Amino acid sequence: MRFSFLNLAKQALSAHRHWPEQWRFPEPKAEYDAIIIGAGGHGLGTAYYLAKEHGLTNIAVLEKGWLGGGNTGRNTTIIRSNYLWEESQGLYEHSVKLWENLSAELNYNVMYSPRGVMMLAHTVHDIQVFKRHVHANRLQGIDNEWLTPEQAKEFCPILNISPNMRYPILGAALQRRGGTARHDAVAWGYARAASAMGVDIIQNCEVKGIRRDPQGAVTGVETTKGFIGTKKIGVVAAGHTSVVMSMADVRMPLESYPLQALVSEPIKPIMPCVVMSNTIHAYMSQSDKGELVIGAGTDAYTSYSQTGGLHITTHTLDAICELFPNVRRLRMLRNWGGIVDVTPDRSPILSKTPVKGLYVNCGWGTGGFKATPGSANVFAHTIAKDEPHPINAAFTIDRFKTGRLIDEAAAAAVAH
Amino acid sequence: MLLIPCPHCGNRPELEFRYAGEAHIARPADPSSTSDQEWAEYLYFRSNPKGLHIERWRHVSGCARFFNCVRDTVSDRILKTYPAGQPKPDLEALVKEAGQ
Repeated sequence: MRFSFLNLAKQALSAHRHWPEQWRFPEPKAEYDAIIIGAGGHGLGTAYYLAKEHGLTNIAVLEKGWLGGGNTGRNTTIIRSNYLWEESQGLYEHSVKLWENLSAELNYNVMYSPRGVMMLAHTVHDIQVFKRHVHANRLQGIDNEWLTPEQAKEFCPILNISPNMRYPILGAALQRRGGTARHDAVAWGYARAASAMGVDIIQNCEVKGIRRDPQGAVTGVETTKGFIGTKKIGVVAAGHTSVVMSMADVRMPLESYPLQALVSEPIKPIMPCVVMSNTIHAYMSQSDKGELVIGAGTDAYTSYSQTGGLHITTHTLDAICELFPNVRRLRMLRNWGGIVDVTPDRSPILSKTPVKGLYVNCGWGTGGFKATPGSANVFAHTIAKDEPHPINAAFTIDRFKTGRLIDEAAAAAVAH
Repeated sequence: MLLIPCPHCGNRPELEFRYAGEAHIARPADPSSTSDQEWAEYLYFRSNPKGLHIERWRHVSGCARFFNCVRDTVSDRILKTYPAGQPKPDLEALVKEAGQ
């Protein structure tokens, strides 16, 4: 049922007790035209675009837990496209353009809020790097502008620009079209729209193996709900990508790390934008519920523990208290960890693999949420056409062999 | 925070150490005859297991020496540390030992 004024009024007459379920809960069929492993935002979005743009509706999304329960439900929801390299700019800007119209397209309010993302510079090196980003972005038609410390404070009044800070703010790069969206709503919106087109979303169904024929092509997956046949598998398993790919004997250039985030108790609106500081490791915005949403760094070592060390969050809170002195007495409500899969160049992989019929979308590391619509859109194209979309053509696994890396790691100029 | 048993200094907090990636990855012996694929494997491809992981650590704020460590990546429990240069331990035997 569409969300509309008419339906809202109709449902109001029965006190909203008769809204239908937003998606179906089907049992798996014996065979599908394609199977997506992982029902996070990227996986559900891939299914949605496969159905909508490529006419593939006999497909399934398999999920070990519940949909949107992994990194989609754990991230700090920052959206931006101010990357350095043209390949990245193409991919992330494609995504921002899809974000702009996503609520209308899905008939589901994903609460995309282009409130501006401001990245702080604390050293001369930061200034040089960010100015380079500003120029590189503007050459590609992507908005990004340089602000003085005073202009930064005008944009975010609670910012401390005192010269007496340990790492004083020397300026900032501002992308006004950047912002946030409601992370759960993105997964739910894609799930609802995909399910309505016939996509089976099968939760609590863990993939245990990938079956292949003697030529090596995939023929299906072994799951906790039995064998399901298919000729095409799209792996969108985030931190667990290496584990799933090893079922098809494919080694990946990935390492999985815990990444933490935390939220404060809810307060009245004090923060009109997103502020990021790569140099001193602090990321903060305010949710519509009033909680301050804070992103910390990754742990030093690989792990699947979904927790992370307390000293990592403490380090981030040190920086937050310095940047925003008036939040010092706030209590933190919750902190949690997710497992992010990191590539050597910090750019994602959206690619075919050496195995016929097996495709992989991974390596988003610490910043995959912003790319959800764009990633899903071009990955669906890759699966449907068996060749990459021009936007993701450079994001292959082969780039680690050819040396054509997309080195956002060096471009970001921070210790990741 | 991990408590890491440095094989030279004993138990020390994680803050004294620097992580240095998967262990026992040997640099190709003859670089000029090494293929692009083999270079890629050496430089970038990692086993990234969900389970026992053999990794290098360096005790930067202590003895400054590299050593190897066997850690379970699900529980973060450290099963064994040993000086660099020693061969890979028998993981099955380690699991049995730890289970006791």
